[in-house]
Amino acid sequence: MSELNLTSAPAHLRHGSNIGQPLTRRDGILKVKGQATYAADNHPPGMLFAVMAVSSIARGRVTSLDVTAARRHPGVVDVMTSDHKPPLAIDPEIKTNPFVFRMEALHSDEVRYANQPIAVVIAETLEAATEGAALLAPHYETLPALIGLDAGDSFVPPVVGVGNPTENHRGDVEAGLASAEKRIEAVYETPPQYHNAMEPHAIVAAWDGDKLSVDMPTQGLFLSRARIAELFGIAPDKIHIRSPFLGGGFGSKGLMSGPPTLGIMAAKLVGRPVKLVLRREQMYGPVGHRAPTRQRLRMGTDGEGRLTALDHHARTVSSTFDDFYEPAADASHTLYAAPAIRTSHDAVRVNTGTPLFMRAPGEATGSIALESAIDEMAWACGIDPLAFRLKNYAEVEPITGKPFSSKALRACYEQGAARFGWAKRPLQPWQMRDDAGLLVGWGMGTATFPALMFQAEARAAIRRDGTGVMEIGAHDMGQGAWTALAQIAADGLGLDIDRVEFKAGTSDLPDAGIAGGSAHTATAGAAIHTAGAAVIAKLADLAANDERSPLFGAGNAGVIARSGKLFRRDDESRGESYAEILARAGLAEVEARGTGAPNPASMEEYAMHAHGAVFAEVKVDPELGQVRVTRMVGAFAAGRIVNPHLVKSQLFGGMIWGMSFALHEEAITDRRSGRIMNANLAEYHIPVNADVPPLDVITVEEHDPHVNALGIKGVGEIGITGSAGAVANAVWHATGVRVRRFPIRIEELLTQL
Amino acid sequence: MKPFDYVRPTTVEEAVAAAAQPGAVYLAAGTNLLDLMKGNISRPDRLVDVTHLGGLDRIEHLPDGALRIGALVRNADLAHDAEFVRSYPAVAEALLSGASAQLRNAATVGGNLLQRTRCAYFYDTASRCNKRAAGSGCDARDGENRSHAVLGWSDSCIATHPSDFCVPLVALDAVVEIEGSNGRREIVLDELHRLPGDTPARDSTLEPGDLIVAVRLPPAARGFAAHAGYLKVRERTSYAFAVVSAAAALQIENGKIKQARLALGGVAAKPWRARTAEDVLRDVAPTADAFQEAAWRALGDAKPSGDNAFKIELARRIVVRALTLAAAGTPARLPPLPASPFASTSGALHV
Amino acid sequence: MNHSISLTVNGARRDFVLDDPRVTLLDLLRERLHLTGTKKGCDRGQCGACTILVDGKRINSCLALAISHDGADILTIEGVAHGDQLHPVQAAFIAHDGFQCGFCTPGQIMSAIGMMREGQAGNDPERIRECMSGNLCRCGAYAGIVDAVLEAQGRMDETNQRRSA
Repeated sequence: MSELNLTSAPAHLRHGSNIGQPLTRRDGILKVKGQATYAADNHPPGMLFAVMAVSSIARGRVTSLDVTAARRHPGVVDVMTSDHKPPLAIDPEIKTNPFVFRMEALHSDEVRYANQPIAVVIAETLEAATEGAALLAPHYETLPALIGLDAGDSFVPPVVGVGNPTENHRGDVEAGLASAEKRIEAVYETPPQYHNAMEPHAIVAAWDGDKLSVDMPTQGLFLSRARIAELFGIAPDKIHIRSPFLGGGFGSKGLMSGPPTLGIMAAKLVGRPVKLVLRREQMYGPVGHRAPTRQRLRMGTDGEGRLTALDHHARTVSSTFDDFYEPAADASHTLYAAPAIRTSHDAVRVNTGTPLFMRAPGEATGSIALESAIDEMAWACGIDPLAFRLKNYAEVEPITGKPFSSKALRACYEQGAARFGWAKRPLQPWQMRDDAGLLVGWGMGTATFPALMFQAEARAAIRRDGTGVMEIGAHDMGQGAWTALAQIAADGLGLDIDRVEFKAGTSDLPDAGIAGGSAHTATAGAAIHTAGAAVIAKLADLAANDERSPLFGAGNAGVIARSGKLFRRDDESRGESYAEILARAGLAEVEARGTGAPNPASMEEYAMHAHGAVFAEVKVDPELGQVRVTRMVGAFAAGRIVNPHLVKSQLFGGMIWGMSFALHEEAITDRRSGRIMNANLAEYHIPVNADVPPLDVITVEEHDPHVNALGIKGVGEIGITGSAGAVANAVWHATGVRVRRFPIRIEELLTQL
Repeated sequence: MKPFDYVRPTTVEEAVAAAAQPGAVYLAAGTNLLDLMKGNISRPDRLVDVTHLGGLDRIEHLPDGALRIGALVRNADLAHDAEFVRSYPAVAEALLSGASAQLRNAATVGGNLLQRTRCAYFYDTASRCNKRAAGSGCDARDGENRSHAVLGWSDSCIATHPSDFCVPLVALDAVVEIEGSNGRREIVLDELHRLPGDTPARDSTLEPGDLIVAVRLPPAARGFAAHAGYLKVRERTSYAFAVVSAAAALQIENGKIKQARLALGGVAAKPWRARTAEDVLRDVAPTADAFQEAAWRALGDAKPSGDNAFKIELARRIVVRALTLAAAGTPARLPPLPASPFASTSGALHV
Repeated sequence: MNHSISLTVNGARRDFVLDDPRVTLLDLLRERLHLTGTKKGCDRGQCGACTILVDGKRINSCLALAISHDGADILTIEGVAHGDQLHPVQAAFIAHDGFQCGFCTPGQIMSAIGMMREGQAGNDPERIRECMSGNLCRCGAYAGIVDAVLEAQGRMDETNQRRSA
């Protein structure tokens, strides 16, 4: 049931028939039949195949390419190089706004990182294009590469993440540490990680005069369109991008990068449609990654185990040519009630592709360090890790002193701990074994992620046949937009979901902003909700002003929209269908637009975050050091849950990423060449099915009247935070060995077991 | 991938003649070869497809008690052959711990023997690699080498052999039947793979045109069925190459080890038969001390080739564990996670 | 050099002249037959997204040359359902949310069907996890995948029992 009131009663107080229901995915049948069309599945007539050649050096200059050999290969149509390419309208080095990153579009022979695109071979077949790229056999002038967290002089970047201050503090950290009864200081390292969505970045580009058609997975249709427009000097409305399904994004498909730009250039060069798909190894460079960090945490506690100070410093890297700084230390802003907190960052520049947002940027890296340190501090105090966290529970946001818009973390701790059986945990490590003799350890971590809102717009319409339309250029990268947003749309329109035509995933629809920051459902949802309310209001206006309608004069009392009908709020026996209202008015449809945006007043007043508590059990072979996670329980409070079925899946996914962070993922860079030596899925380990134990997710009820109209906080990223630390802490509890360099490697356990 | 001629011989003789030409290689399932070709590590001129040759895909029980496995038998078919699992449980377990179900369904017995190293510098064509390009140098030596060899390596190559299957096979004295330009011959598996020395480009002792047509397990190999296993430490629970692995097989009579077989994987350019360790286990009781002694012997000549000293200690511990598990007896059914330290994980907790 | 080959794809015999022996089964399906349900995730046998059944067995189609599989019987995700009637594995994947982005899904489903035919895992979740480990899922839908396989296995066991009863 959806109610709609012409007054301003907040929507989160009402429960519709669609929001909250565990619907299965509306795109499920397409996906299980192989009929969901991803970008690389398109084949416009006359299409050619483009394959990138990438640099094998990390720094220097391309001095020659054997274009002749490539061209001579049967089937090769053209070779695009820095000497032979269509012009761009602007220099791709120019940053026209903060969401523009510098890219390589063959505008220079300079090489700034390994796997940088240096040429594109276009051919009649994929086989010919691939071999053509190999035949280019580049020669280089090579300079020594800058590699690793100690490369060159460090500096303090102007901002970290997206516009966060580099340093924050509250209270006097040094005094807090000096007065502490117990102190710890520990340094943690996290490695470079790569998004590795299962779908490689791909584009099918086709020009028709100055019109451009693009199939491309993107988490940001409209930012991508704007970037393409400025790069190619055409109006945005000449560009049509289709991105109905992304085969995963995780941040790497948020902003326009070099490779799809090259695909569009290649299509222009040859005057035919072109498909360019990255090879897996080519995803380790030009499309972003999570930068490595080295984090130093210092903490002190008083005699009762209450924090007196928390100091979190993070060193990270950016590329030599652009700026993105993993805001790792910011993870210490929100969770623990230290009277003195300081967070700070510095960085060095290295020869790498520019780092980028990767699922929980900053929160994931910072969380594993913070949660490990909290565990170390609790142990130093001789206090159970959960009791320690409760003792230091933040009633207001520690770094700002603002109240939380809502915070059901205590319930998360309670429910998660109860489900897990945490009360039976021995305080000491190295206490538990299973009956096969394996060491068993239990660890926990607190999860947190900000509840963000971006900008979005939606268009709603009610048609004369009583059906509804909701249009929004939203993105489904697996989180379930086709389903969850359609549920919100159905409630907003007062219709059953199968009476709503929900359109998303193309650039000719209203701008839905970016699918990132765990904010897409909230932002797009708010726009949909508002658009729905606006179109119902128009319909209600028609009826209320029409004396032939049973709703005549209902204006002040208000109406309720439900199942395709409007009812008088004060007398539900009086109502009529949308179709009747429109028929009488002689209208084919009524339409309206709505927007979703952050509420500056709420942001000023409240700290807004989702929270959670994750509990993990690991088993460790006592002699061989191999680790396996055998159980995880996560309890999360993230405001209103639009679809519990899909939310559970997203939280599972995040928890698996957390496990992966603690135990598996790492890009290994050759210390001399700067090349990534495991740029593949055989040796860059992400968890396989056998790594993933039975998982348990509890969604803790939480009502938040401040975050947005629907009370949604987002669940896409929070699952990693807390989970990575929980696994690391469980490994310590099993073995008594505290590993501070991630992922936890066999040798680190082996040498100490 | 470089263009190549595709040849599909109908007889072994035709195949050998076709593959003896310079630039020719055999194609079986292609699960390793195509990977190498896609990475431009291997750029053959001619592929001689042996998958359509008749008679090479049979598992035969020979009158003398030996088992003859045709070179084109698929890894999965062999690992799921009930009689095979009963007679050679360590081999079946090793097979099932390798790669993925999909790859095991395709990969052949002969191809498995000839798979090439996973050394990242061998795969990275911009790196110097004496195995890929003879005489170019070895960038692994001072590179990222925590997974590299600790036994039998040389300054020119520190790569390891990636096969799981070969490890118990070499322990059980498997024999390789080879058809070559000069007719048929056979060698023990231990003599198939070469240590690098100064010529790491040659993985094996095969000559151009040589075709592995079968692998034979001699009659004595059955004698270990009651006490055999394969153990593999990995960086994820499945679908990962071994950090270190071991195959152990014992014949125990009247409380004493009559014969022991031991081989290690992931430690050298070949599956590493640990004969000195086997020797100290003969005619002794299967005790922890004996296994420790065997482990020290097995790794007696080991030395790190880089950031991999831990592999020596890990290998010792794996040897002890593999021997301990073998002594305890082969389980009635292969565990859900073959060769995993977590194979026997159960639920009960002891605090 | 052109090579004539014939394949049975999803029940229909297809004859081709292959102008290039380098074409893999995966690229043949996707780029020449436009059967794009089978996905390319790594092209190197490391992710399982390209899993198809060849002569009833699941393999990675990226590491199989089309020319070498002359005469093979191929089943892809497009051939699994009977019209609107989903295969039990497909239906169970939807019911248990055995996917998010859906990109690995065709490979997961073909792998699950292949695994059930192999008969090695039965309804033991631990064996299912191991036997499905050749199919990576970056979204982390493994729990749903295992539940889906368990349900489909149960249904097919029931059907088989009914048939034999």
